Amino acid sequence: MKKKSLLTLGMLLALSFILVLGACGSSTAGSSSSSSSASSSKALSGKLTIGGSTALQPLAAQAAKEFMDKNPGVQIDVQGGGSGTGLSEVSAGNFNIGMSDIFAENGKNIDAKALTDNKVAVVGMTAAVNPKAGVKNLSKADLIKVFTGKVRNWKQVGGKNVKITLVNRPDGSGTRATFDQFALDKQTPAEGITQDSTNTVKKIVAQTPGAIGYMALSYFTANDHSVVKLSIDGVDATYENVASGKFPVWAYEHMYTKGAPTGLTKAFIDFVMSDAVQSKDVPAQGYFSESKMTVQRDASGKTTNK
Amino acid sequence: MNSKITNRVALSLIVLCAVIMAGTLAALLGYILYQGLGSISWHFLTSESNPFLAGGGIKDQLWNSFYVLLITMLITIPIGVSGGIYLAEYAKPGKLTSFIRSCVEVLASLPSIVVGMFGMLIFVNYFGFHYSVLSGALALTVFNLPVIVRVTEDGFSALSLHQKEGGLALGLTHWHTIKTILLPAAFPSILTGVILSAGRVFGESAALLFTAGLSTPNLDFTNWNPAAPNSPLNIFRSAETLSVHIWAVNTSGIIPDIQTVANGSAAVLVICVLLFNLLARGLGKAINRKLSGKS
Amino acid sequence: MSHLIPLTAVYRLSDKWGVMMNTRKAMADSAANVPAGPSLLREKGIIKRFTDRYSESRGKAIIYSSAFLMIIAVVAITLFLTLQGLRSFVIDHLNIWNFLTGTEWYPDRASNPQFGAFPFIFGSVAVTLLAALLATPIAIGTAIFMAELANKWGQRIMQPVIEILVGIPSVVYGLIGLSVFVPLMRAHFGGSGFNLLAGALVVGIMILPTVASIAADSIRAVPDKLREASYAIGGTKWQTIWKVVIPAAGSSLMTAIVLGMSRAFGEALAVQMVIGNARNLPHSIFDPSATLTTIITLSMGNTTTGSVLNDALWSLGLILLAISYIFILIIRYLSRKRVV
Repeated sequence: MKKKSLLTLGMLLALSFILVLGACGSSTAGSSSSSSSASSSKALSGKLTIGGSTALQPLAAQAAKEFMDKNPGVQIDVQGGGSGTGLSEVSAGNFNIGMSDIFAENGKNIDAKALTDNKVAVVGMTAAVNPKAGVKNLSKADLIKVFTGKVRNWKQVGGKNVKITLVNRPDGSGTRATFDQFALDKQTPAEGITQDSTNTVKKIVAQTPGAIGYMALSYFTANDHSVVKLSIDGVDATYENVASGKFPVWAYEHMYTKGAPTGLTKAFIDFVMSDAVQSKDVPAQGYFSESKMTVQRDASGKTTNK
Repeated sequence: MNSKITNRVALSLIVLCAVIMAGTLAALLGYILYQGLGSISWHFLTSESNPFLAGGGIKDQLWNSFYVLLITMLITIPIGVSGGIYLAEYAKPGKLTSFIRSCVEVLASLPSIVVGMFGMLIFVNYFGFHYSVLSGALALTVFNLPVIVRVTEDGFSALSLHQKEGGLALGLTHWHTIKTILLPAAFPSILTGVILSAGRVFGESAALLFTAGLSTPNLDFTNWNPAAPNSPLNIFRSAETLSVHIWAVNTSGIIPDIQTVANGSAAVLVICVLLFNLLARGLGKAINRKLSGKS
Repeated sequence: MSHLIPLTAVYRLSDKWGVMMNTRKAMADSAANVPAGPSLLREKGIIKRFTDRYSESRGKAIIYSSAFLMIIAVVAITLFLTLQGLRSFVIDHLNIWNFLTGTEWYPDRASNPQFGAFPFIFGSVAVTLLAALLATPIAIGTAIFMAELANKWGQRIMQPVIEILVGIPSVVYGLIGLSVFVPLMRAHFGGSGFNLLAGALVVGIMILPTVASIAADSIRAVPDKLREASYAIGGTKWQTIWKVVIPAAGSSLMTAIVLGMSRAFGEALAVQMVIGNARNLPHSIFDPSATLTTIITLSMGNTTTGSVLNDALWSLGLILLAISYIFILIIRYLSRKRVV
């Protein structure tokens, strides 16, 4: 047996060398072949690579599944990686579609002009507070005081005598960027625990007396009283209020393409924007359809009526 | 007198250490299995994961874990074992040898996240393998290699000198001695090391985040053509492994049954590791019996 | 290794005998029903003479190229990570000194962003040292138990215990830390329960089997002659272990510990789940903290290639690499000291 394995060993070594050498030349050939499929023909085929925002990944994965069921010749590879990865890779041409929680204009080192924005959904978010803090509503000014560390105890903002524990999101995360910009008016939050995962944030807030974090509205469910969904300035954090422009803390979920989408890429984006996805999968995953918004927002954060 | 007491106390402490170690394992296993066994079902093992609804399974992730492990081992074992043989048998003391030894040590102490970053830089971006089984396996190779090298070298060094001299005295070439006498003799200990490393590879997540990706294309388990994009055997497709899946559902999953899926996956992962051990243990025993049975 | 040098001279001369003796050995082997028998028998065909010579050079080629590959791997990793890691200083003009010693990390702030990585370096070192402190005694104790004390029965239990523990994925350790240690910390020490100690505990347990298994191997590698000599002069079991076996296995024991430490140092996801990832310097082990690895995994995906934060994260990776090198220098230093 060892005789054989030693023989194969040499071959494998050679193989790995070939792989390494061969790969050097193939760095450009690896990208997927969406353009090969003609948009005119009924039977779509080819391969799409979508990646980026982990928040948007489930929606894209679900849409991709449905799309592939309809078009058996199509392979869609939905990857995560984060918004930054999505923007970088779609700019570099490695992803056909880059998913992002933030505007490409706000991504550093990204040529936003080369990218086409497709706003596939809206996500609203608000602060989640541990029930023991005893607050259900905060004025924006108080919320800022809490997050910038100017107050350290909930009784200072009308709650119970419980120490405040902050739960932040990592730098560059879309959730953090949105919350900082629209809930904290661009103030830098004070130091606290930092967690990437909404689930973890929710768990921490639920279990730690006096903890406050923030998360997408979909994570607050009606029967779940483990965390308190905070109203800001007396406005409930609901999608109705987001749609009407009353509740300010929301952001778009973007699917970026390099240049205008064509062929298979276009077909998929059209599918995501179609009613099949927008009225079924989008709300099912706790997002809101962009078409139902009465306000709109640009990359600088300026909100206007549609 | 005094030394006898010291002896007894010290030895009891040592036994205590072993008991703590065994207790840790018992507690860990008990906890994981207690939490997770309830969510394992045939359906859980054989259905695909659902991006946002409850009731998804782990079929693809489980397959990916095994497949990435297989590819990693196919690359690692030949290189690692020959590297170990080099260090044990061929390396002459000197600058080059000590440099290679340092290289092994460096590889061994590289944080897996750094290996993942390197993999992203080189295999994913520069070579253009993208997030794929191959990128993942190559990254895992980097950090699995030193383990195999060390195991092989230790296995060879632990052999008695007589065995080497015996072979050489018979007039075998050095290589032939290694092949026919030393390698078989060191095989059980190398095998043990390989299993140990397989366990690590199987459960590795940080190095795979940036290399094998966080997703799996729709796999068609009837299509075994390695070149097809939806074939389970394709090494150029992205592959979310079981341990990455645990991390991913915990960090970004929006499915309502995260706890169930995470605990179930953890239990499956641990059970797989247990099975590995049992299997390899049986194999090692069988080989040992065969070898020692003759003389 | 030195014994090989005279021997190499011997076996080259005896190449021709080898063919004859091979046959004889093969026959003896096959009579003894060794699994290797058949392949050896097959080998004595006409091409035997060639295969033997070929196989020697081929074997050498394989072995040398694999050694070469390891060198390439290390050089490539070092080179690429260094190049990528230096970008933040060369291209983005961050001050290295401020980067290493600054305690403020506000990369996203629109005005006056700060890149001070010291809290992460401190966190990594603290977690590593605490974890090693927790794990080393138990791990070495277990190793001694396995290699010196245990009877067959003990061996039969401990070997699989260790192998299984090594196999348990770090994510699972993190999950357990999150659902067991963190609530425990919160109940006993207040705060959120996410703190340095929780991270060190999780990592400490995680490196236990790694250290123990390597340590046991190195203790077993100590020749029996030494033990016998010690017993012969009336040494107790413990004296033998403490005065003879441990010093003899010294350098490899240190290697075991340092390898364990480097695993602790590089652990990312398990630590990230329990340490809290606060970006300021902790005041005590009960404060949340962050490590180099956790900040990389937390922020990497959210950054765009070529942005300052992305480059800064690569610099953190470079620091990780550099500290791994320091670990190795420490091992080298220690093992040299032991030998002399």
